[in-house]
Amino acid sequence: MFHPDFQRGFRANLPIAFSVAAYGSVLGVLAAQNQIGWLVLLVMDLFIFAGSAQFVMVDMWSSPLPVGEMVVGVAVINLRYLLIGASLEPVFKSKSIRHKAAVMHLVADENWAITMAAQRRGAASSEFLLGGGCCLLLAWCLGTMTGHQLGSFIRHPEALALDFAFTAVFTALTIGLWRGPKDLAPWITAAVLAVSAEALLPGKWYIVVGGVGGALVPAVRSLIQEPRRNHRQAKEEPHALN
Amino acid sequence: MPLTDAPILRTVMTLGGAIGVTYGLRLGGLLLSERLPRSPVFRTFMEALPGTILLALVAPGIVAAGPWGCTAALVTVLTALKTRQTLLAMLAGMLVIILQRHWL
Repeated sequence: MFHPDFQRGFRANLPIAFSVAAYGSVLGVLAAQNQIGWLVLLVMDLFIFAGSAQFVMVDMWSSPLPVGEMVVGVAVINLRYLLIGASLEPVFKSKSIRHKAAVMHLVADENWAITMAAQRRGAASSEFLLGGGCCLLLAWCLGTMTGHQLGSFIRHPEALALDFAFTAVFTALTIGLWRGPKDLAPWITAAVLAVSAEALLPGKWYIVVGGVGGALVPAVRSLIQEPRRNHRQAKEEPHALN
Repeated sequence: MPLTDAPILRTVMTLGGAIGVTYGLRLGGLLLSERLPRSPVFRTFMEALPGTILLALVAPGIVAAGPWGCTAALVTVLTALKTRQTLLAMLAGMLVIILQRHWL
């Protein structure tokens, strides 16, 4: 019934699916605490299917909804998918546009990472990627819906530090992206800019200011240090993107 | 009340916008992979972006949570570095706040 690669992809993502479900249950609890209905949460799970972005949306959810701010926030958090999508080009070699359009929706950080690891061993395909995506989608929906049920029973969220859950989960996620000492200068820049911008600017612009400002540090550094080498590389390797 | 202020419409617009933007970036990255700027400067910028974005998102919240918030964040950072388990690191940080609220 399912493509063998789909089944392999599904199984390869099972271990991480447990932590995805657990992490999803935290989102569910926070959503219930913030008066977001289960149906809205399920629509997010199925059609946005991006953990960090959904946490940000749940955190920003208030009445009246800041529509523009939230969409910009989601766009900024999910900018990385542009690179993730580009890196999957070899996995989708010679597949139809319809197949690409269908499978890409279920690309998350986890099944992407597992697929890229399998790709290095020559064992990846878009069906493998899709199998992983379906596994994660199932875990994500089960986790968030369970959390949402539990969340409506919690009377004193501050006694359980739930107001700190958002900060804690993003701190942990951020550390997962640490690439070593070369990140020190950009990260300090990002933190300082974000804290200053939050105090000075309205809304959630501090995310853009801090994030872009921090990422400009290594970009400017590479521009200053090796302008000639960069120029030559860009000319000699026109397909060096991946 | 203007139509655009109706709560249900705002919900639909927010969800629709978030869904469209996220899917657009996913599929756009794949379809435009040949056309994205290839300069190393652009790549360096884009590769550094996920980390700096998440940090920018969380840094003001840590500062606003005061000395105990900073302590809890530090515990989260250390647990994450030591175990590489996101969930465990998150719970460790929350535990610091729970203990502080119950006993201090």
